[in-house]
Amino acid sequence: MIAIVDYGVGNLFSLSSSLKALDQQVEVTADPRVLDRADRIILPGVGAFGDAMAKLEATGLVPVVKELAARKPLLGICLGMQLLFEESLEYGRHKGLGFIPGQVAPLRPDLKDPGLKVPHMGWNALHILKDDPLFQYIREGEYVYYVHSYYGKDCMESTLATSDYSVPVTGVVRRGLVWGAQFHPEKSGDTGLRILRAFSQL
Amino acid sequence: MITKRIIPCLDVKNGRVVKGVNFEGLRDMADPVEMARMYNQAGADELVFYDITASYEGRTLFTDILTQVAREIFIPLTVGGGINTLEDFDRVLKCGADKVSVNSGAIRDPGLISRAARRYGDQCVVLSVDVKRVDGQFRVFAKGGREDTGLDALDWIVQGVKNGAGEICLNSIDTDGVKQGFDLEMLDAVAALVDVPIIASGGAGCKEDFLELFHHKGMDAGLAASIFHTQKVPIGELKKYLRYNNIEVRL
Repeated sequence: MIAIVDYGVGNLFSLSSSLKALDQQVEVTADPRVLDRADRIILPGVGAFGDAMAKLEATGLVPVVKELAARKPLLGICLGMQLLFEESLEYGRHKGLGFIPGQVAPLRPDLKDPGLKVPHMGWNALHILKDDPLFQYIREGEYVYYVHSYYGKDCMESTLATSDYSVPVTGVVRRGLVWGAQFHPEKSGDTGLRILRAFSQL
Repeated sequence: MITKRIIPCLDVKNGRVVKGVNFEGLRDMADPVEMARMYNQAGADELVFYDITASYEGRTLFTDILTQVAREIFIPLTVGGGINTLEDFDRVLKCGADKVSVNSGAIRDPGLISRAARRYGDQCVVLSVDVKRVDGQFRVFAKGGREDTGLDALDWIVQGVKNGAGEICLNSIDTDGVKQGFDLEMLDAVAALVDVPIIASGGAGCKEDFLELFHHKGMDAGLAASIFHTQKVPIGELKKYLRYNNIEVRL
């Protein structure tokens, strides 16, 4: 069973539908017992970092997630990936879960091409830097769907894949059993489903 | 790099896709769910569902259809039509929409954009504008293009982006249905003023029209309905043509 952490952030309909389409059992939950029973955990998220982190803390799930991530696969998606980092600079400075060394920073000042738009929104090719079981069903250069204005940086050691937006945008990170995807696999068509299928088999 | 997007628009009335529907090879040519499946397979980058029903029953049917589509199609879905309040945003987002497009609702209540952007984020709010030239001015039209609001379209769009619209869908009434190409003059005027993504709508008649569109700076996506529905311009072929001409698209 895959547990999707429900801490009141974002719309989980597509995410749970995509996993169900892969014949996975899914529970959307904030219950530590359900998370404990789960084989895998997904940490979703949209919105602003500080707000999301505060909500996650309010559920009391931070220590639970930290403990579980040491022994079962966890995937953070979009803002859920950013929460895995040590800190974020979105509207102030906020502490994250600290799984991934590095920082979440605004994309705008780092863009080499100032004509590019922020948010980085749309389909972009995913370049695989390090092979990983999460990529077992996809090839180099497949397109995935992004929507974000901040991105993970100074995290080269944990970076598995990037997309080019005049700077390499961190696409997938990993440390131990903790994975993070900046893009939305549940909105990335067949490619996204194959990434989720690989996650369900980790 | 980020790709240009090709977006088919499905106008749904009482549970059926209307406007230029003549799809070969589909058992039920006007079933929105079946069409969504087909477009997903054909490589559409996003789908827009426009609810043109006025009745309560029609609206319920529409949200049922949306839910069904969102259960099996995993690409971004934008929903428009009859969005007047935050409750309308909530209703369609819960059914699996990713973005919500506001048009007349924002004209009646300009505060809707900022309230929705605060609650759901800018990326969720698409400002859709129907524009027509009147006395040399780009004018905003309401009620499906029937009513001149007197608003200057460029001012309206700039204000909308300031209030938090994360994307602009610009529909030129002057070129809509004429199939002689997108309204590049109008689109350029808007692109010069805003830095959010622009979806061009109205006027596409052939694949060359899309190529010309994407040669213009600031154009992110091309939207059309009947030329896709009738397969006059099949999406797969269009995207191959664009790629061949050095426009990055998802294939």
